[in-house]
Amino acid sequence: MHNKTIAELAKGLRSGEFSSVELTSAFLNRIKQHSTLNAYITVTEDLALQAAKEADARLAKGDAELLTGIPVAQKDIFCTEGVKTTCGSKMLDNFIAPYNATVVDKFNNAGAVMLGKLNMDEFAMGSSNETSYYGAVKNPWDTNTVPGGSSGGTAAAVAARLAVCATGTDTGGSIRQPAALCGITGLKPTYGRVSRYGMIAYASSLDQGGPMTRSAEDAAIMLQTMAGFDGKDSTSVDLPVPDYMAGLTNSLEGLKVGLPKEFFGEGLNADVAAAIEAAIDEFRKLGAKVTEVSMPSLKLAIPAYYVIAPAECSANLSRFDGVRFGYRCENPADLTDLYTRSRGEGFGKEVKRRILMGTYALSAGYYDAYYIKAQKIRRLISEDFKRALSEVDVMMGPVTPSTAFGIGEKIGNPIEMYLSDIYTIAINLAGVPAMSVPAGFAQGLPVGLQIIGNYFAEDRLLNIAHQYQQVTDWHTHTPKGFE
Amino acid sequence: MSLTADDVKKIAHLARLGIEAQDVASYAKDLSGMLDLMTQMSDLDTDGVEPMAHPMDQVQRLRPDVVTERDNREKFQAIAPQVEAGLYLVPKVIE
Repeated sequence: MHNKTIAELAKGLRSGEFSSVELTSAFLNRIKQHSTLNAYITVTEDLALQAAKEADARLAKGDAELLTGIPVAQKDIFCTEGVKTTCGSKMLDNFIAPYNATVVDKFNNAGAVMLGKLNMDEFAMGSSNETSYYGAVKNPWDTNTVPGGSSGGTAAAVAARLAVCATGTDTGGSIRQPAALCGITGLKPTYGRVSRYGMIAYASSLDQGGPMTRSAEDAAIMLQTMAGFDGKDSTSVDLPVPDYMAGLTNSLEGLKVGLPKEFFGEGLNADVAAAIEAAIDEFRKLGAKVTEVSMPSLKLAIPAYYVIAPAECSANLSRFDGVRFGYRCENPADLTDLYTRSRGEGFGKEVKRRILMGTYALSAGYYDAYYIKAQKIRRLISEDFKRALSEVDVMMGPVTPSTAFGIGEKIGNPIEMYLSDIYTIAINLAGVPAMSVPAGFAQGLPVGLQIIGNYFAEDRLLNIAHQYQQVTDWHTHTPKGFE
Repeated sequence: MSLTADDVKKIAHLARLGIEAQDVASYAKDLSGMLDLMTQMSDLDTDGVEPMAHPMDQVQRLRPDVVTERDNREKFQAIAPQVEAGLYLVPKVIE
């Protein structure tokens, strides 16, 4: 059962081949069996079985939706009422969310069964899942390597079939990079497409939630449920949501694909490059016209991002003060001691590093040199995207410069870790949507192809990925031991 | 550009962020490394470029001035570290 797509499972649930309770139990067993991956922070077994019973009743009545009875999991950044929501941090180890994120409400309303909350880098800051207070997650393809981050628990869980599909969030690559390293499909929607209400904020002008699945078809089903205007999110965009399933079968004949030359330069692993070139050849066979495009400002995406994201993070994370919720230090001497020690003891090293960086960039005397300068570069990067995407329909390239790296390999060198996001970060600065699609292997580890589209072109991205998955089978490969 | 241990302590104070004395040197090194990365930004001429704070260039949406939230005080205070009589407690601020 665990290898079926959402559509196949929905069919099985309706034909009576299996019930949601049986399906849910099978996944709960797999989660226990493979607990050493450390993909889950919290498993909500009782709630899941209860939700599965309700889903079975709804299926019997005939008012079910596609996701009704399907076991899914939530990245632990989404607030779940009555369920511990940690964001991977000691700061929130005792936090039982008092309300649901809009995304969680949407899955609940669709009748999806939540299996639990998935591990992640602390406050979504990291590219390896090693900054989590709950420990590193292992990549099911090679348990000595990282699953990527920050949505590392999600990527490992979907790759190892410990959930049918699950949510991720992406501020600088946190859906696409782990999806690539774990060989699954991940979509970062256009900024504003999916509600951020109840999604714990890291960098508010960059954060966006999205689906992480095995196939593009599953991602289309998931995004259909996740997307849409939400009055509770002031940056939610009020545009109609297209029927993502309807466009999947469109032909790619005449599709204009641009290859940003900046994505294929120095630093790209040769085997990864070969897998990406092979994938692009498949698109040529499908009728795509491939040309080179250039985005000259792209090289400044990492410095601009590491000013803007920490600046926003330092403001957002000021709410964690030991007063209203979350961790509070023992025996504070006075109010300043309460703030300083609660934050000092509650946050891990990477979070502190970014709070310090952001505080510095926003402080008097440095604001113009760093923060305003970075925002100007953000404008130029965004204009590069607009110009390139007026010449071509989509752009393609690698998601990451290499395949999954070893646990412990980069955690001691933050700058090196930041550079692993070199192909993903600019997309968030511009706010356009992008996908990671399984595109083969290099030395036995998965490679992800990145497809970048214009604002609100998620339907086109899903169509392109789905057509590729009709002529390739990379997305169906399962790591050894998890078949 | 490099930051000194004193710079780090000053920034940490601005952020009300406790850092262990033995970690100050490593934060100074890491932050200096990040600042080195950021000096690349000065390579690009950005005169006359409008800063971009947000991908959508949106304006704040207005809504009718009606009550949409219920009183959730008890629910929210149930997860607070210390409350009494409906108030959040902190160490004494005024003698």
